Amino acid sequence: MVVTYREALNQAMREEMRRDGRVFLIGEEVGYYQGAFKVSKGFVEEFGPERVLDTPITEAGFTGLAVGAAMTGLRPIVELMTFNFGILALDQIVNNAAKIRYMSGGQLSVPMVIRGPGSAAHQLAAQHSQSLEAWFCHVPGLKVIAPATPYDAKGLLKSAVRDENTVIFFEAQLLYGTKGEIEEGEYTIPIGKADVKRAGSHVTVAAYSKMLLLALEAAEELSREGIEVEVVDLRTLKPLDVETLAQSVHKTGRLVIVEEGWRFAGLGAQVAESVYAKAFHSLDAPIVRVTGEDVPMPYARPLEDLAIPDRARVISAVKQVL
Amino acid sequence: MNGKRENLLPLYRDMFLIRRFEEKSAEMYALAKIAGFLHLYIGQEAVAVGCLAATRSDDYVISSYRDHGHCLARGSDPKKVMAELFGRATGLCKGKGGSMHLIDAERNFMGGYAIVGGHLPLAVGLAFAIHYRKGDQVVLCFFGDGAVPSGQAHESFNLAALWNLPVIFICENNRYGMGTPVQREMSLYTNLIDRAISHGMRAEQVDGMDVLAVRDLMTRVVAAVRERHHPYFVEALTYRFMGHSMADPAHGVYRTREEVEEARKQDPLGRLRETILRSGCGSEVDFKQLEREIDEVVRASVTFAEESPFPGMSALYEDVYADH
Repeated sequence: MVVTYREALNQAMREEMRRDGRVFLIGEEVGYYQGAFKVSKGFVEEFGPERVLDTPITEAGFTGLAVGAAMTGLRPIVELMTFNFGILALDQIVNNAAKIRYMSGGQLSVPMVIRGPGSAAHQLAAQHSQSLEAWFCHVPGLKVIAPATPYDAKGLLKSAVRDENTVIFFEAQLLYGTKGEIEEGEYTIPIGKADVKRAGSHVTVAAYSKMLLLALEAAEELSREGIEVEVVDLRTLKPLDVETLAQSVHKTGRLVIVEEGWRFAGLGAQVAESVYAKAFHSLDAPIVRVTGEDVPMPYARPLEDLAIPDRARVISAVKQVL
Repeated sequence: MNGKRENLLPLYRDMFLIRRFEEKSAEMYALAKIAGFLHLYIGQEAVAVGCLAATRSDDYVISSYRDHGHCLARGSDPKKVMAELFGRATGLCKGKGGSMHLIDAERNFMGGYAIVGGHLPLAVGLAFAIHYRKGDQVVLCFFGDGAVPSGQAHESFNLAALWNLPVIFICENNRYGMGTPVQREMSLYTNLIDRAISHGMRAEQVDGMDVLAVRDLMTRVVAAVRERHHPYFVEALTYRFMGHSMADPAHGVYRTREEVEEARKQDPLGRLRETILRSGCGSEVDFKQLEREIDEVVRASVTFAEESPFPGMSALYEDVYADH
């Protein structure tokens, strides 16, 4: 069955809310408006306003409310209209959701999902175009997921809802309309497993979310020149599946990491460190990172294009490590 | 309510336990047996004890970093509390929380939180969960005057009032947010309840140095919230006799010795003691016996803490995640 990324997320939440009465959806415009990006279309009609809660524009308040509810065993799904607004909820996420289990010596858990789009779309400017996943990956106690395809989005979101921990789930505005094959009926994908999306022998390219599509396009083009790229989709950013990356590097000996976030202290720096620690002797060249530029996102189109990784830069990075 | 027939000694006992426990904690801090930040509750005992006397054991309680009093008033084992302050494996939180993060899930004591204003949304979430499950518990959420102007507090007040959630916000107005007096914290500082009223909440002030007044008001408030499922805001006017934390002197920097001495005349323990003696429901002999008993409880808590092991090194990575 071919569905959009948006529809895959909708199915995942709908199935989980049907199977478990403890699951509820809370966020801005998730109910009667059907979701700012229409991910929760039809939810308030099926589950009612008691389980699909439209909130005022108070991210700290409603995210904290969800943490408190999760402490009693409910399983909230918090929709952030975008992760830019999630910055307002960082105190709740970092100081409460991520730490309560540890601080309580295991007495309490915070099983919840915080999801919504991250990264840039088209010319939304500095405050609406940020890839903040590295921030969340830095915090012990959180799991972080960033799927690229409808298939992965559905299976991973279902696993996230069933997880006993707080899971940060990154979507992307430019992915919502993309289409892909999913399985009919019930399936889940384990958190913490990367996926080889294209097999190749010359270079490994690791990417996630929107950048995975870029990596696949670059691989296709390079293939025409006789360069076979293996594309590894990280899918889960924390815990990171270093094993799958290392296996790929054992085969190719070369690694390029593609990420949309800022370069300095970005996620790719950690991925590189993890791979160096595990597979240094298999590497035939230093790891190269393709990243977003270290600037607030400019509005003007040509400048925005410069600030975000593109196919040409991925191709040039692959050639650099060869 | 008059104290003529009722035995008020249990209330005195609960307050005296907190007083002695806190004094002992300060002593242990001076001996470096307790480290980190230690915020004492001395002077405010009537608020915790009066409020908790009005609750059911399945009601939820949540507090800030000045949490020893609420935890003990909730009935947590003083031994486990002291062991937690000592950072021992036998502590309430296995030594990982410390003074500011006491949690006793078995008693629905959902914790002490150390970011000012940050636990108010959690309290609203606990109340939401009660509402979601169609339960009839209530949530008691304790915080200081310093939390009132914070954004998270106002987001919480609005959500609780908007969705009619059974949470009672208990503001312990001890007149200072650390070293800043309340009149330098807030534009409208004489009646903090005005803020709650502006969010559409019912709100009342009470003399927080009078445990009977607190308990009587809270009995009424808890019943109303339990029955009608709306939030309530209670401002308890109180005073902390000690500094903000052990790092802060009781007087000399931002308040005078005279001011503290004046406040000490309203000592909630002294006031209840007088009431009890006057009403005849307890005698000097009763107090002597009760105080001896509590001294023994506190002494035993220190012995227990001292004899308990520190957490094993393997505990470092335990409970970061639920799955390992």
